[in-house]
Amino acid sequence: MLTAIIALGTLAAVFGLLLGYSAIRFRVEGDPIVERIDALLPQTQCGQCGFAGCRPYAEAIAGGEADINQCPPGGDAGIQALAELLGVEPKPLNAEHGEHTELRLAVIDEQTCIGCTLCIQACPVDAILGAAKQMHTVIASECTGCDLCVAPCPVDCIHMLAPGQVIATWKWPYPGSEQRLTAGDSA
Amino acid sequence: MIEILEQPRQIFGGLRLAANKAQSLRTPLRSAPLPERLIVPLSQHIGEPAETLVQVGDKVLKGQPIARSLNYISAPVHAPTSGTVTDIGEYAVPHPSGLKATCVVIHADGADRSADTGLKMDDVFCADPADIRQRVREAGIVGLGGAGFPTAVKLNPGRPVELLVINAAECEPYISCDEALMCERTAEVIDGVRIMRHALQAQQVVIGVEDNMPRAVDCLRRGLEAAGERDIRLLAVPTVYPAGGEKQLIYALTGKEIPSQGLPADLGMVCHNVGTAAAVARALLQGEPLISRIVTITGAGVSQPCNLEVRIGTPIADVIASCGGYTEQAAHLLMGGPMMGIPLPNDRMPVIKTSNCLLAASVEEIPPPPAALPCIRCARCTEVCPAYLLPQQLFWYARSRDFDKVQDYNLFDCIECGCCARVCPSHIPLVQYYRFAKTEIWDLERQRTKADLARQRHEFRVERLEREKKALEERRAAAKKGLAARPKSGDAEAKKAEIAAALARVKGKKTQPATVSAMRGSADSEQGPGSDTGSDSR
Ligand code: SF4
Ligand code: SF4
Ligand code: SF4
Repeated sequence: MLTAIIALGTLAAVFGLLLGYSAIRFRVEGDPIVERIDALLPQTQCGQCGFAGCRPYAEAIAGGEADINQCPPGGDAGIQALAELLGVEPKPLNAEHGEHTELRLAVIDEQTCIGCTLCIQACPVDAILGAAKQMHTVIASECTGCDLCVAPCPVDCIHMLAPGQVIATWKWPYPGSEQRLTAGDSA
Repeated sequence: MIEILEQPRQIFGGLRLAANKAQSLRTPLRSAPLPERLIVPLSQHIGEPAETLVQVGDKVLKGQPIARSLNYISAPVHAPTSGTVTDIGEYAVPHPSGLKATCVVIHADGADRSADTGLKMDDVFCADPADIRQRVREAGIVGLGGAGFPTAVKLNPGRPVELLVINAAECEPYISCDEALMCERTAEVIDGVRIMRHALQAQQVVIGVEDNMPRAVDCLRRGLEAAGERDIRLLAVPTVYPAGGEKQLIYALTGKEIPSQGLPADLGMVCHNVGTAAAVARALLQGEPLISRIVTITGAGVSQPCNLEVRIGTPIADVIASCGGYTEQAAHLLMGGPMMGIPLPNDRMPVIKTSNCLLAASVEEIPPPPAALPCIRCARCTEVCPAYLLPQQLFWYARSRDFDKVQDYNLFDCIECGCCARVCPSHIPLVQYYRFAKTEIWDLERQRTKADLARQRHEFRVERLEREKKALEERRAAAKKGLAARPKSGDAEAKKAEIAAALARVKGKKTQPATVSAMRGSADSEQGPGSDTGSDSR
C-alpha cells in the first residue's frame, strides 16, 4: 500500500515537473487566431485587400478592423472558409477590392526586357530572377499571380497568362458541364 | 501468420457481368507487326515524368533507354525498336483529359536490332534483392494491371512481407490479356513470380485467378508442376466483378480486410499483377526492358478480336488494322474495359504501358446513358459497392462540392469500379462525381502547398528588407556621427593633414586608368565613390 502511494506520488511529481518544464520550454509564440486566419488566405500577397500582404490582413480581421470579404484571390470559397472559422455569416466579395479571377502567372517577354530590376523589387515572394541589365525571368512555380510586377515595368513586357493545362494537374470536370464524358464520340 | 483460405470467399457487393472474353481468346497470342512510326510518351506511369536522353536525329537500338527517371516514384522509358528519332514533341496520348504530352517519335528501321541493356542477371535467385529492384527500375517496369505504379517501389515495401499475392483475377468483362499470357507464356509467369518472391523475401505466395478461367488454372498448374514448384499456391476466387481489385482479391484469398486508406503492406502483404511478374522475368532473364505488352483488342466494332503482343508506342490505328480493322458497328473506342476504361477521341494515340485492352464497342455494347434523375435513396448502390462505401452520400457531397464531408465518407477508398452507377435506377453518373471530387481535392492540396511556399518566401523577403533598412540606417547614423565629431577634434594641424590626405586621395583616383570607371558603368558613377549606399547593401 505504502509503496504504491510512494510510487504513484513520485510518478505524479516527475510528470508534473516534466509538463511544467515543457510548457515553458515549448511555448507556442504568436496569436493562434491570426495564424488560423492567415492559413486560409491564399498568400498571393497582392495587397488588394488594402493591407501590405495576407498576414497584415489576417491581423486586421482578428482585430476586428477589417471585414472578411476583401480578398479577391480567395474569392467566395475563401470567404466561406473565413466565415466558418469565425462563426459569422458569409457575404459576397466586396467589389471595391476587385473581382475574383482565375489564377494567372506572370511571364516576362525576354526579348523586350531591359533588365531594369523594377519588377524584382515589386515581387512580394522573390519569384523573379535577374540582375541589372540582364534579362529577367519568372519562376513559374513560385509566382503567386499577384500582378504587382506588371505596373512598374517601364517597357510593358510582363504579361499575366493563364497557366497551360498539363495532364499531371488536370481536373475532371463537374458532371454535366462537359460533353465528352459520355463514352467515346467516334472511333 | 497470414492464412490463405482453403475455400476463397466471395467479395462483398459487386456485380455478375457477362464475361465476353471468349471472342478474343479464340485465336492464339501473336505479335502485332512492327509499325513504321512509334510515338512513345515520356510519362506512362503514376509519378514524375521521365527526362529525355535522346535528340532528334539520334539512332536508337531496341531496348535502349530514351528517357530516365529522376525521382523515386518514376520509371524510365526505352526505345521499342531500332530506328531514328524524328521528333520530340507534344502528341495526344490516351488520357481522359484529351491533353497532349511529350513523346519521342521513332521511325523504325525494320531491323529491330537490340541494344545490350545489361539487365540480365546470371543467378537471379541468389542475387541481392536490392540489385533486383534496381534492375526492375532500370527496365522501366510499372504495374501492368492498369494503374501503372512503378514496380520497383512496390518491391520495396519497407517492412517484412509475409504474403505475395499475384493478381491474375482479370475481372473486367472483355479483357483477356492476362489469361492469354498465363496460357501461352506459363514458364515466364512462374519465373517472374519466383523472382518477385525472392526480391520481397516473401514467405508465402498465392496466385489468385477467377473461377471462370479453367484453362489458365490448368496451364499454371502444369507449369508449376513442371517447375517443381510446390510453394506457390493457386486459388480460384468466385467470379464477381471486381474481384480483381487489390483489396477485394486479398479479402477473397485471406479473409483479411485492408483498413480504409491503408495499404496491403500494413498487413504484411504485397500484391502484383501477373503481367508485371512476367515483365520482370523478361527483363532479368532475357535482358529485355518493358517495350511491349499484351493487349486485348475486342468488341463488336473490330473484325478479328484477339490478343496481340504490341510494342509500346504503336499507334492504336495500326493495332486495329492488324486485327482486320473496324466493323460497321464500331461506335466507341475505349482503352480498358467497359466498366473502367477511358473513352478515346480518336485512334491516332499510341499504346502505352498500361493499355491492357482496346475496346471498339457497338452501340448495343455501350448504350448511351439515359438522362440522370434525382436520387431516390433506394440504396442499391450501397448494396453493390465492394469498398463498403455509401455511394449516395458520396454523390450528395461531391455534387454540392463539400470536399470535407465527402472525405469523411471515405471518398479515397472508392476504386471507381462503376458498380454503383451501373445499378443506379436514376442513371446518375456517380463515378464521374467521385472523379471530379478527387481531382478537386488534389488541386486544393496543391494550392495549399503553393500558398505555404509563398508565405515562407514572403516572410523571408519582409525580413530581408527589414534587415537591409536597418543596416542602411546604421551606416547613415555612423556617417553623421563621424561628420559631427570632426570639427570638434579641432586643432589646425590635424585639419591640414586631413585635407592633404583627401587631396592625395583625389589625385590617386584621377590617375587611375579610365577603363575601370567605364567598366563600372553609369550606375556606379552616379552614386560616386563616397556614397554610403555602397554596393554592399545587399
Ligand atoms: S487580397 Fe491579396 S494580400 Fe490581401 S489577403 Fe488576399 S491574397 Fe493576401
Ligand atoms: S442507386 Fe442511385 S438512386 Fe439509388 S440510392 Fe444510389 S444514387 Fe440514389
Ligand atoms: S462508390 Fe466507388 S467503389 Fe463503390 S461501387 Fe461506386 S465506384 Fe465502386
